[in-house]
Amino acid sequence: MQVENPILAVENLSKSFDVSAPLLRRIVRREGRSTLKAVDGIDFAIPRGKTLSLVGESGCGKSTVARLVVGLYTPTRGRIVFDGVDLAAKRSRSEMASVRKRFQMIFQDPFASLNPRWRVHDIIAEPIRAHGLAENERDVSRRVALNLERVKLSARDGEKFPHEFSGGQRQRISIARALASEPEFLVCDEPTSALDVSVQAQILNLMKDLQRELGLSYLFISHDLAVVYHIADYLGVMYLGRLVEVGPAREIFQNPQHPYTRMLLDAIPDLEMTGRKRIPVGGEVPSPIAPPPGCHFNPRCPFANERCVAETPGLTRLGEREVRCHAVEEGRLEADVQRVREQSPAA
Amino acid sequence: MNSDPTANTDKTVSTDTAVKADATVSKKKPVLEVRNLRVEFAGRRGALVAVDDVSFEVNEGEVLGVVGESGAGKSMTGAAIIRLLEPPGHIAGGEVWLDGQRIDNLSTEEMRRVRGKRIGMVFQDPLTSLNPLYTVGKQLIETILTHEDMSESQARERAIQLLAEVGIPAPERRIDQYPHQFSGGMRQRVVIALALCVNPRMIVADEPTTALDVSIQAQIIKLLKNLCEEHGAAVMLITHDMGVIAETADRVAVMYAGRIVEIGPVRDVIKNAKHPYTEGLMGSIPVVGHDLERLAQIEGSMPRLTEIPPGCPFNPRCPHAFDRCRVERPNLIQAGPTRAACWLHDTPAQAAE
Repeated sequence: MQVENPILAVENLSKSFDVSAPLLRRIVRREGRSTLKAVDGIDFAIPRGKTLSLVGESGCGKSTVARLVVGLYTPTRGRIVFDGVDLAAKRSRSEMASVRKRFQMIFQDPFASLNPRWRVHDIIAEPIRAHGLAENERDVSRRVALNLERVKLSARDGEKFPHEFSGGQRQRISIARALASEPEFLVCDEPTSALDVSVQAQILNLMKDLQRELGLSYLFISHDLAVVYHIADYLGVMYLGRLVEVGPAREIFQNPQHPYTRMLLDAIPDLEMTGRKRIPVGGEVPSPIAPPPGCHFNPRCPFANERCVAETPGLTRLGEREVRCHAVEEGRLEADVQRVREQSPAA
Repeated sequence: MNSDPTANTDKTVSTDTAVKADATVSKKKPVLEVRNLRVEFAGRRGALVAVDDVSFEVNEGEVLGVVGESGAGKSMTGAAIIRLLEPPGHIAGGEVWLDGQRIDNLSTEEMRRVRGKRIGMVFQDPLTSLNPLYTVGKQLIETILTHEDMSESQARERAIQLLAEVGIPAPERRIDQYPHQFSGGMRQRVVIALALCVNPRMIVADEPTTALDVSIQAQIIKLLKNLCEEHGAAVMLITHDMGVIAETADRVAVMYAGRIVEIGPVRDVIKNAKHPYTEGLMGSIPVVGHDLERLAQIEGSMPRLTEIPPGCPFNPRCPHAFDRCRVERPNLIQAGPTRAACWLHDTPAQAAE
């Protein structure tokens, strides 16, 4: 994806975790070290004021990307460039401090991400104090009240404890805390997955309103494609640590290329009840410790051939879109889809 | 209002007529009938009502979806039917009938024989519903031998056949493995095999696909539906996911604050909801292909059990609420093909019927 002056760009980002057995057992069993490639060389860029969504099934590495971007993990390889500054190269705390307040994170579980012993006022005041944004305590209170009102809570709610709020209200508090340091960029890791649908609608509407008012950019991690359709401008589909397709969201939803993207879109329950026909895809996500060789999706892919098993697919550009699939690269995908569709019995 | 005895008799009358109306829709006989079920939690400040006067039936070979947000009482209803309520929760009123036999007043020992044999269960988390210390084969065989009179080798054969039926590859080998050796989707298949192993008449499935990824979810839904058709079992499918309901259920009951607010054929409820809550709920679900700047949202949240407002429990959030809604609680009223607990449908024509 070619983006002029992006707020965030990651280049060849990788993260491996050491999942080796204990030393003694390795010696006894004559095993080597084993690593898990959670994120394997991904590239994307987020334009200013826009939302890029990463989707994929559990274990695909999407949450690891979120944690890498905010610096909760250090990358094994690659660059994370935030507004022209390479975060991965920065080491010292003082170097980080000036950029750190410009991006914040919202977590999935609003019950685990707020300290139950702190009043809401103190929770939201912490980033303000940590970054030295306020001149005095009155200014802190003013900023806390402002942020509570931004998320449609009352300034008086600051006196309460988190347990006095419902799940949706707690997620509003998390958003208020994230906004307290006046960031430009928010990383949201499944922010509505723990919420009921009617509350999810409230939070999604709030996030869109805030984006418009404050010019925020979002990296939005989700497994729910309908939510992503609603909120994202750009979409990245991940499978076993690799980004298999990335590009403008509307384009991918209308005309998915990678067979895995097609499968994901096909698996969305049909709320319209049109009775549309699906191409069945069997199997499950393989273990990321021993991923299949070549294209990771080949054991589940109805269009795979020998090359898919042997060779890791490179990048194919289609307009603004980037796809990693041999069938797309060779231009044989459409014919293959036709063939499989004819072979499968009418559902 | 709830403790008023005259109001209670009123309710029974209205449910009876409603049952008749439903019988004309589907001619199959009901496998499970729930009548005016009430579940309470005893507390220091009086009882909390988690399920309040819920009546429905599930017919042979039918999938009834029960949908609602957290705290709506849907799982409580399921747990009350199979009598697995955690104390201090208890059934405070109403009846549960299975195939013409009343089961809510059976002794614990009698209920044990009903559970597993005549009602199967599938829970949300497959890892906690399987014992990690026993092989899946041992768990299947144990269940079969508890309820059926057969030898151990016959039971093992039946278990292998069941595993094959739920789509587990190489079942002869997999039967001697432990639950941790199965992936999430495969584990849920084992749980379904466990629920089906003695051909129950009724299956209560509580959020069977919630812990699974979307691609696996579609596989499990299809499996559950096919198996129930083949075995002729009735299914009560409890979920918060309208998409799952749309794909699977024949009829759907929408719950709110412990009550059924709307019940009817799934297509009518989804496409043409009669209760303002159902309408709001459907509007708040994002759909691929619908370009909306904002999602429709229902203001506020579901009341806590201690703070259920008088009259219709939805009235503080309802855009159409009028005076009657704040005072008098609506029962299910016929509104086209569905029934909705909403005074908007209490027209003079309806009253004359």
